[in-house]
Amino acid sequence: MSAPQAAILPGRGGAAGTVADVFWRNPKVLLALLLIPPLLWLGIIYLGSLFALLAQSFFSIDEFSGMVKYELTLKTYGELLNPANLDIIARTVLMAAAVTVAAAVVAFPVAYYAARYARGRWKALFYLGIMLPLWSSYLVKVYAWKLILAKEGILNWIFEKLHLTWLLEAYLSAPLIGGNSLSVSYTGTFLVFLYVWLPFMILPVQAALERVPGNLVEASADLGATPAQTFRTVLLPLAMPGVVAGSIFTFSLTLGDYIIPQIVGSSRLFIGQAVYAHQGTAGNIPLAAAFTVVPVVIMGFYLWGAKRLGAFNAL
Amino acid sequence: MRSDRNARAPLALKIAAAAGLAFLHLPILLIFVYAFTTEDKSYQWPPPGFTIKWLGVTWNRPDVWEALWLSVRVAAIATLIAMVLGTLCAAAVSRWKFFGRETISLLVILPIALPGIITGIALRSAFNLADIPFSFWTIVLGHATFCIVVVYNNAVARFRRTSGSLIEASMDLGADGFQTFRYVILPNIGTALLAGGMLAFALSFDEVIVTTFTAGQQATLPIWMLEELVRPRQRPVTNVVAMVVVLVTFLPILAAYYLTRDGDQIAGHGK
Repeated sequence: MSAPQAAILPGRGGAAGTVADVFWRNPKVLLALLLIPPLLWLGIIYLGSLFALLAQSFFSIDEFSGMVKYELTLKTYGELLNPANLDIIARTVLMAAAVTVAAAVVAFPVAYYAARYARGRWKALFYLGIMLPLWSSYLVKVYAWKLILAKEGILNWIFEKLHLTWLLEAYLSAPLIGGNSLSVSYTGTFLVFLYVWLPFMILPVQAALERVPGNLVEASADLGATPAQTFRTVLLPLAMPGVVAGSIFTFSLTLGDYIIPQIVGSSRLFIGQAVYAHQGTAGNIPLAAAFTVVPVVIMGFYLWGAKRLGAFNAL
Repeated sequence: MRSDRNARAPLALKIAAAAGLAFLHLPILLIFVYAFTTEDKSYQWPPPGFTIKWLGVTWNRPDVWEALWLSVRVAAIATLIAMVLGTLCAAAVSRWKFFGRETISLLVILPIALPGIITGIALRSAFNLADIPFSFWTIVLGHATFCIVVVYNNAVARFRRTSGSLIEASMDLGADGFQTFRYVILPNIGTALLAGGMLAFALSFDEVIVTTFTAGQQATLPIWMLEELVRPRQRPVTNVVAMVVVLVTFLPILAAYYLTRDGDQIAGHGK
């Protein structure tokens, strides 16, 4: 047996020891050292760029030379109120709202089953089953839908095999939601948005439902409520913060996306595409910047409302 | 005792939940079928035949390899930066209460909460204003910015579960700050950091929206795919690349899940 070691080691001394002592005596120095690198990074690179962008929305573009005029004006925001641009904004907001509602409807049963009935292995399976699609490549998911919605693709094939092609054609001839084919209709865009953002809705709804005690649901049934009544008066109000939290993601992500409507959809623009077009070929950075302010403002109001509904506790 | 342990789910709920999961997974499975189709001019279903020829064709494509290699390098460096910055931030926020703490959490989350196009165009116009030419490093800069939050979320959750008395005990036993960090804090948060790093890698590897704004002539793998999506020229190669991307991103996510599954299910929350 070796000699018993001292339970308390002597201080190490040396430079490292001195520095450690300084940190121990002045925790604020350590705190500052910890915070400075991330704050510099986010503050300068990220916030700096954001404010530079915001500032540019107050400039305008000279109509003759196409150059940016560096004087403060609200002219660019005036342009935003053109009927064509208002159309783009309304279209995007409506799409975001539709996607959000549909995502809540599809997500609820999955989340509820995972929260209340799935146990053990099934629970893990459900969790991974939601996590893997959430994290798998965004572009691959969009690509998969391009395959599905193609004219020669699987969806048309299924309709044909079921002898329901007439139904699809009747649907496509409907105004607004229809189009030449699914891949160039709003319905196609909607489906892809719904697919890509669905996991973002399931997770917070599930988190909210996990916190609903099962005996509340049973008590409601014992007191004579039908399942529909229980759902409406017990489950839904308790799950609402989760739904609102999920809707923050689905709404915000739809507002800012420009790739999905470009690949699957009609040629009518969404906000993201307008931003992309104005900053790119048109070189109209001020208008592009003003356009980016729209989703920020909308999300600002949305978050403010969500906070009042207590959605942040469900995140 | 809770009475809901053995409760059976109503049939309608089972069907709706199964349909929801099927909706999430079938489209991805379809990619795997298409990677082996013999059809190369259209997206024909059902595939007229199956072949593994396209795997070889893709293997011999230098542009795909170049894009893949660029994506891996960008993701590796962005992850490294994000891990350092995210951990520092998480340590500060979870150990002390100070003025502006909430603001810092918000600041970290902002790059992912705001639509990617805003981050992208803001960075692009800032690079233009500052006369910084687009390069490998401008891509890394953008990626690291939105990867910080993933590492931060994982680290904060673990710090919260790590009892402060462990650190005090270590100090009482004579360890100085660095020793405590090395022997007590690091082993405790290690797996959370690893999980956060893997998720950050997956996030960066897959990112396209910010990248379109911060990349110059260089194409990362997602940019390469986006070009193929907009103007399909080589469908079979794209199919194979899509399949490989799915497989490559699944691995870090599965690993991150197993690293953090005991206790808080945090990996991936707040992507």
